[in-house]
Amino acid sequence: MSDRAVSPLAGAESSGFAKVSEAGLRGMITLRGDLADAGFAGAVKAVTGCDVPGRREVVEQGGKGVAWMSPDELLVMVPHAEAEAAVAQLSQALAGSHFLAVNVSDARAVFTIEGAGAREVLAKLAPVDLSPEAFGAGQIRRTRLAQVPAAFWLSGEEVFTLVAFRSVAQYVFDLLTVSAKAGSEVGFLAR
Amino acid sequence: MLILTCPYCGVTGEETEFAAGGEAHLKRFGPGSSDAEFESYLFARKNEKGVTFERWRHANGCGKWFHAARCTVTLEVFGTYKAQVTEPPKEILAAIRKRRPGWEPAA
Repeated sequence: MSDRAVSPLAGAESSGFAKVSEAGLRGMITLRGDLADAGFAGAVKAVTGCDVPGRREVVEQGGKGVAWMSPDELLVMVPHAEAEAAVAQLSQALAGSHFLAVNVSDARAVFTIEGAGAREVLAKLAPVDLSPEAFGAGQIRRTRLAQVPAAFWLSGEEVFTLVAFRSVAQYVFDLLTVSAKAGSEVGFLAR
Repeated sequence: MLILTCPYCGVTGEETEFAAGGEAHLKRFGPGSSDAEFESYLFARKNEKGVTFERWRHANGCGKWFHAARCTVTLEVFGTYKAQVTEPPKEILAAIRKRRPGWEPAA
């Protein structure tokens, strides 16, 4: 890994009825193993300070976080500079058990979508019910964003964090920008 | 458009979030089998009109393979179930019989 990691779109921003920004580098670790195992949960807690989230849940706390990706996979999030150390720490803690810990930080692009229309920006692109009743804080949804896979969750009242593959970062940014274009509000989710 | 529920992550999503994987519950014939068996394993499919069992993958979600029982005529989905089985579970068969009285699985 290069010592001078650069974020995929250098913090590109656009604003329409919601603000879309490329959120910069974030340390991300794919962690697979037995999620119900106490040793596994302990290792996750030691690295992030977070408990293992339940099905389709995400927990964030002080710049770190853990997201449930599948029944045997978590996405561990730490500051970008700490990712390698976190992988080493996880590998040491889980040695002897059946697990996988890989630093995937530089294979991902992170975006934030902010504003009252944030739900609508995503609702136009993903086949997901984004009404506040159906999708609330603490939930993560892995789905399709137009033609590419992505995952998103609520980081605040009207702030979504979205993760996609770095190779499609520009595509995702353009999608979100077009979806958020001023004047293109559908209003279906307006309260 | 099919609406499927992934038995692993519990997401109920529409067809485009999933990828179809063809007929379910095939018996594999590999090394040591006869040419006829191998050919039927590779190419022969029931392609039934009506109740059918298929493999699907939650490609844009949790990534897991699972099974779905559905009707190719009405696109009704009778249920989805996990991948680690060699035949449809009782609940799925019961759900199909409830909607299609008299239906029997093809041999």
